[in-house]
Amino acid sequence: MSKIYAMYDDDSTLLHGAESLVAKGVQIKDVFSPFPIHGIDPVIGVRKTRLAICAFIYGLTGMSLALIGMYYFMIADWPMNIGGKPNYYFYQNIPAFIPITFEVTVLCTAHGMAITYLLRNKTLPGMIAKNPDPRTTDDKFVMQINSSDIDMDEETLISELKATGAIEINKA
Amino acid sequence: MHVVEAEIREPLILGEKSYNDITEDVCAPIEGKANAMWYFVFGLAGLVALWGIGNILYTIGVGIGVWGLNKTVGWAWDITNFVWWVGIGHAGTLISAVLLLFRQRWRMAINRSAEAMTIFAVMMAALFPGIHMGRIWQAYWVLPLPNQFGSLWPNFNSPLLWDVFAISTYFSVSLVFWYIGLIPDFATVRDRMIKPLPKKIYSILAFGWSGNAKHWNRFEEVSLVLAGLATPLVFSVHSIVSMDFATSVIPGWHTTIFPPYFVAGAVFSGFAMVLTLMLVMRKVFRLEDYLTLKHIEYMNIIIMLTGSMVGVAYLTELFVAWYSGVEYEGYAFMNRATGPYWWAYWSMMTCNVISPQLMWFKKIRRNLVVTFILSIIVNIGMWFERFVIIVTSLHRDFLASSWTQFHPTYVDMGVFLGTIGLFFVLFLLYARVFPVLALNEVKTILRATGEYGVKKHIHQISHSNGQSNHAVVEEEVEVEKEPVLEVEQNGVDTPVEEMKDVSVSEEEDIEDKKEQD
Repeated sequence: MSKIYAMYDDDSTLLHGAESLVAKGVQIKDVFSPFPIHGIDPVIGVRKTRLAICAFIYGLTGMSLALIGMYYFMIADWPMNIGGKPNYYFYQNIPAFIPITFEVTVLCTAHGMAITYLLRNKTLPGMIAKNPDPRTTDDKFVMQINSSDIDMDEETLISELKATGAIEINKA
Repeated sequence: MHVVEAEIREPLILGEKSYNDITEDVCAPIEGKANAMWYFVFGLAGLVALWGIGNILYTIGVGIGVWGLNKTVGWAWDITNFVWWVGIGHAGTLISAVLLLFRQRWRMAINRSAEAMTIFAVMMAALFPGIHMGRIWQAYWVLPLPNQFGSLWPNFNSPLLWDVFAISTYFSVSLVFWYIGLIPDFATVRDRMIKPLPKKIYSILAFGWSGNAKHWNRFEEVSLVLAGLATPLVFSVHSIVSMDFATSVIPGWHTTIFPPYFVAGAVFSGFAMVLTLMLVMRKVFRLEDYLTLKHIEYMNIIIMLTGSMVGVAYLTELFVAWYSGVEYEGYAFMNRATGPYWWAYWSMMTCNVISPQLMWFKKIRRNLVVTFILSIIVNIGMWFERFVIIVTSLHRDFLASSWTQFHPTYVDMGVFLGTIGLFFVLFLLYARVFPVLALNEVKTILRATGEYGVKKHIHQISHSNGQSNHAVVEEEVEVEKEPVLEVEQNGVDTPVEEMKDVSVSEEEDIEDKKEQD
């Protein structure tokens, strides 16, 4: 299997190119770009990420942790009588627990989501970058097509790519 | 695809920039060598920071008796500085989170540095409660850890503990938000570096970012959700800081208006500090095309708005002190305005209420020198605000025999100056090695709000009256055919033949031109 990289110098050219190629039955493996190309995901079949669902679950976890923790510290384990204020019932203390509940919820959601994001992306310190050309983090946009994914022969594909406005085509 | 801005809007990126130009302009300070001025300012800030660290170590070694605190005024400069720094640390996350949710594109040029400023300011803030504890080595007592005292837990009903959670959450979430945005830009720097060692360092910092479609898909989701989380967080942090005061029964502190009033004040001082730093940075790093007069004007409008909110809060406090009929409250406010600390009160009023009103004038909003001076005045005023709230409310105790004044010692001053020095040390280091603009975000708005494709010819003819250069502006708008932009409206793609015509008034063009000179 060989990989074909078609380079574009504009995001909209790449997007239109991708649309016409997909219409002709070419499967695009991936796209590398210096910034998000809006509208490319449905064209090349990238599904919507489920990170937000994870974030919601982390948030629920954080909120429960905070409430259970404060119930244990302040009500169950060692109720403190401060200025004669009631401390023996959880519901009476709820207003005073809101700030920390909120903070811990945000803390768990944000960090949980960030960690999940880095793990799912496989971006961690020491990881090797996979962009085929250093210019893709500057001003070039690269489309990757795996020859095993398509029915076309390579010459036809290359001429199709050139027709979409690719400025450079490399094989690897 | 790109949504083209309304034609009446000023462009947010000046000059005919390509994507590569943006990369070049932002990476230039990282790849180039620092000039003598940088070393001078860095050295100066470093010396002040060292002096401050010395004073901090002295405080820790001897105890906080070396400060000017006394039995009556138990909180003074330390907490004033704490609240001041936390307030300054509010602009960054506000710019990157709240303005992201409001789809304000002008935030993209300033969010990176504003967030860096936030992080450094919160670090400085967190120092003060730490050293104010006296025995900093027991700082872990604020955490609910199992302990040898029969499981004595910290008091979760206390706003001081809420503050511990608020500040640490705010700091760590801001840091994560900032770093996630930095990863793609570090990748850009990594891919440009030629020398092996810097390349290695930046490739570690870039976490192996490849910028493929799935990465960007997740990146946008994470940015959006983190912005959604950080927005209430920004408002909660200073609300909780204000509750340190508002939940007590000290006249002058026991006010329900405190949370919104503190938040407005925080945004006010934060934007002022952003302006102070940005005005210098855009000049030194030649980023005038990205941090345009329009950006400065927007920030000045926010300063004007929040300054007015703070003004309304001051007046409301005064009114309620009288209207409530509580004589202690009434005395506290009379004493602020006419007592021994009248000078602090009236400095605060002048700097925070009167000075931002100058921003109603467009000429002043767009004047760099006036903006720079006003941004410093605002920060002086906000320091006085915290000083007034804290010290004037405390120095008249319930017993007249305890009435006293607060006199700062050289250690108080040294610690405060030291944090300013340390802040600038961190910021200067940041400016040398980090991409100071959010590259990947600025590139996304280039086509929509940049001056791209619009050619202008400005002929400046100096006028004989000597007062100002009078310029004749000839705008020749050349429509570039390539690439064809599209406007997405209701999901229907309509090809637009014309690039937008950037209508800029002649006067502003001259100003911009002068700027670049």
